[in-house]
Amino acid sequence: MSDFLNQFAPALPEIFVLAMVSLILVTDAALGEGRRYVAYALSLVTLAGAAFLTLRDFSGMPELALGGLFIDDPLSDALKLFLYLTVAVGLVYSRDYLQARGLYKGEFFVLALFALLGMMVMVSASHFLTLYLGLELLSLSLYAMVALQRDSSVATEAAMKYFVLGALASGMLLYGMSMIYGVTGSLALADMSHALADGTDLRIPLVFGIVFIVAGLAFKLGAVPFHMWVPDVYHGAPTAVTLFIGSAPKIAAFVFVVRILGQGLESQVAEWRDMLVILAVLSMALGNIAAIAQSNLKRMLAYSTISHMGFMLLGILAGSQSGYGSAMFYVLVYALMSLGGFGMILLLSRAGFEADQLDDFKGLNRRSPWLAFLMLLLMFSMAGIPPTVGFYAKLAVLQAVVEIGYVWLAVAAVLFSLIGAFYYLRIVKLMYFDAPHDTSPIAASPDVRVIMSANGLAVLALGILPQPLMAVCMHAIGSSF
Amino acid sequence: MIGQAILSLVIWVPILAGVLVLATGSDRNAGVARWLALAGALLGFAVAIPLVTGFDTGTPAMQFVEKRDWIPAFNVFYHLGVDGISMPLVLLNSFVTVLVVIAGWQVIQDKVAQYMAAFLIMSGLINGAFAALDGILFYVFFEGMLIPLYLIVGVWGGPNRVYAAFKFFLYTLLGSLLMLVSFLYLYFQSGGSFDIQTWHATPLGMTAQTLMFLAFLLAFGVKVPMWPVHTWLPDAHVEAPTGGSVVLAAITLKVGAYGFLRFILPIVPDAAHELAWLVITLSLIAVAYIGLVALVQADMKKLIAYSSIAHMGFVTLGFFMFSPLGVEGGLVQMVSHGFVSAALFLCIGVMYDRLHSRQIKDYGGLVNRMPVFAAFFMLFAMANAGLPATSGFVGEFMVIMAAVKVNFWFAFVAATTLIFGAAYTLWMYKRVVFGSVTNPHVETMQDINAREIVLLGVLAVCVLAMGLYPKPFTDVMHVSVVELLAHVAQSKLP
Repeated sequence: MSDFLNQFAPALPEIFVLAMVSLILVTDAALGEGRRYVAYALSLVTLAGAAFLTLRDFSGMPELALGGLFIDDPLSDALKLFLYLTVAVGLVYSRDYLQARGLYKGEFFVLALFALLGMMVMVSASHFLTLYLGLELLSLSLYAMVALQRDSSVATEAAMKYFVLGALASGMLLYGMSMIYGVTGSLALADMSHALADGTDLRIPLVFGIVFIVAGLAFKLGAVPFHMWVPDVYHGAPTAVTLFIGSAPKIAAFVFVVRILGQGLESQVAEWRDMLVILAVLSMALGNIAAIAQSNLKRMLAYSTISHMGFMLLGILAGSQSGYGSAMFYVLVYALMSLGGFGMILLLSRAGFEADQLDDFKGLNRRSPWLAFLMLLLMFSMAGIPPTVGFYAKLAVLQAVVEIGYVWLAVAAVLFSLIGAFYYLRIVKLMYFDAPHDTSPIAASPDVRVIMSANGLAVLALGILPQPLMAVCMHAIGSSF
Repeated sequence: MIGQAILSLVIWVPILAGVLVLATGSDRNAGVARWLALAGALLGFAVAIPLVTGFDTGTPAMQFVEKRDWIPAFNVFYHLGVDGISMPLVLLNSFVTVLVVIAGWQVIQDKVAQYMAAFLIMSGLINGAFAALDGILFYVFFEGMLIPLYLIVGVWGGPNRVYAAFKFFLYTLLGSLLMLVSFLYLYFQSGGSFDIQTWHATPLGMTAQTLMFLAFLLAFGVKVPMWPVHTWLPDAHVEAPTGGSVVLAAITLKVGAYGFLRFILPIVPDAAHELAWLVITLSLIAVAYIGLVALVQADMKKLIAYSSIAHMGFVTLGFFMFSPLGVEGGLVQMVSHGFVSAALFLCIGVMYDRLHSRQIKDYGGLVNRMPVFAAFFMLFAMANAGLPATSGFVGEFMVIMAAVKVNFWFAFVAATTLIFGAAYTLWMYKRVVFGSVTNPHVETMQDINAREIVLLGVLAVCVLAMGLYPKPFTDVMHVSVVELLAHVAQSKLP
């Protein structure tokens, strides 16, 4: 009996989160409208508890569980901790915004935590089945979250698009997985890797499978040419949900790609590297150029996300430990910046007013020098200007690319990031050079201000001392691969 | 303990002072912000003085070296040190920062704390760029200084400031990003090191050297700025507040020229010899053609901006003569131009504060109302024209002497600056200061006050001292320059 229970031990954080979500679902329904703060507090407690369980069992070595479906390694533990943090900060940022719009419902917390559970499963998956299970749990929760604002036609349209395209991507992914299964005879990543290490006669189905898998992954990442859903979903969803979609799921998407390509198909790097090169170059190009034309900040950040995912792919396509480590660093830094950027929109919003137009940031330095400074740090970090952490993220992936001899790719990447610098600078220009046209005071709760300050300063602090985060990434990748 | 961390102090004292000034907040505390900024700038200058007193002019090695782990994952170190080439520039920068704070004392009434803080932080970053011996550390300082400068031009600048700020930022970013790729390439070529001195010894093939030469040339050429990538400078100057112009001309341009000596010549020496014609041609175009462009400017700041480009053309020309005389001449010209251009921009600032115009045609007959100012302005105009006994003469003369040895025609074209320089500077001076008063507003202008006299007086002393007795300056740099040239003379081809 204890053996039976023991095999579940590595999945304790997941089990805890699942139990708590069920609890929140029931208590919120029982307590009703007036005591919603219980659901909010319980959600934060869940995250803290999960963090405790993950930390307590922080593994030094990879450990397979549940018959090879589930893996508990330093990579998954580290990423889970970042997921909890990202989701927690997102919940704090979202609270006031949701309250002002009648979206402060138990469903939001339940869906957010189910999405988190999906991400945790993805992060710890060592098998195509668990990977797919986690992905679908995440995706279905996100579709519902986008549609949470039922009376908004834009949000409904965005949810519809997201759902249809997401389902299409899942289909591609499954199709690719089935082909790989046909070639290797296994769905477990480790067996797959063994089977492919000695080479195979079935080149054509294998390559087809890889193509479909890469296409499916590109959909989920939002890489060009599979990016069409990103701007519409980011724009249409309530900002609190955009913040959610734009931060934690990117971390999960990263691990999804690295597990499949880097662990399962690592011997086929020559096949998938060129595909990722094309995806990365197109994403950086289109993302950065299209972002210039946007007047809506959420849309602009959506295109910026596309370009950032292109940059992250640079690290992955290097196909080396330092490459995966740099991509992990990139995606964590991106999640931090994205939290800050969307958090700032939430912070400046109030009842009946979405601060999502670029012009809403005009003259922010006069209204609140501190918030303007934090946003300045976030924007320069996204542009990759030192001494902010965004610079080291770019440096790390460029280094990985130069290491495999793709100097031209590094040159292309820096040229696109030069284009990208323009629209981040424009936000700084609006905040600092222009006069405000909206002088109403900024009503933000003290706790939100504190978290936002920590978020902005973290971008600077990690920029001055990037070593700790870098060491975590290199360690997590180094001991899990 | 303090003795071992002079360079750190030189970098971090202004930055921390800037953060403190920022903390004074709104303009209600503007007075506190001003005094705090002045204290920070003076302290920053004071901590830089041991660099001179403790400097050993007998060795080309790096001095005041500090080396600590910074990002072991990348093999990046917090590695600082100065030699005879960078030490005078650190000192110049710390000195000019004090002037800039004083110059903005009354003029800046809007967001004073942010203004002063931006200058102090930038000063620290520039010192960092001069003192960094690690490629990534250098890059962080080199790029980081764009942020305060972008804000200075954009927030306190003139009517077309947004355009100027964007142009300045994106131009310089383009160059530095390509340099970053070169750094990464060097990292792998040198076996995993970002140490600049290791890079100096790393053998490189000709193709790699040529490509890196071009990337570096773009990065530093934009900063210098060299023709034809100079067009951001007049725009940025015209729109920047006085202090911004002073820092731009006196300091940030020097970062570009410094890059030639620290990166281009020692890291890619073969390409530098091979492509010297390119730099020499561009430099001569800057000297002669930009001199003519300056002649027709109607805006005084634009005129001085173009004159800066011409003078910096001299600097790069001197570097690529590959002789101690040329390189030292270029360095002297850099420091001298730091004083002279700072002084001229301050002079224009003095006039602008009173009349709110930079157009030459709005002035005339200034000497009637502002005799003291006219005398100072005269001295600096002469120095800009390269009159003997001013600092402007020394550098130009050394570079021309070095050029004669290499090729008579280089020297011939370079020497046209003595004519053009005199022409545009003195013609402007004549139209602004002499003649009869045509603009009734000039009648109401007050002569300079004590603050302005101190400001211009200190610079006048520097200009004359360097013009009359330049030996202490050249002594400091001589050994380092000779060592550098000996290194550059050796091929690095594998």
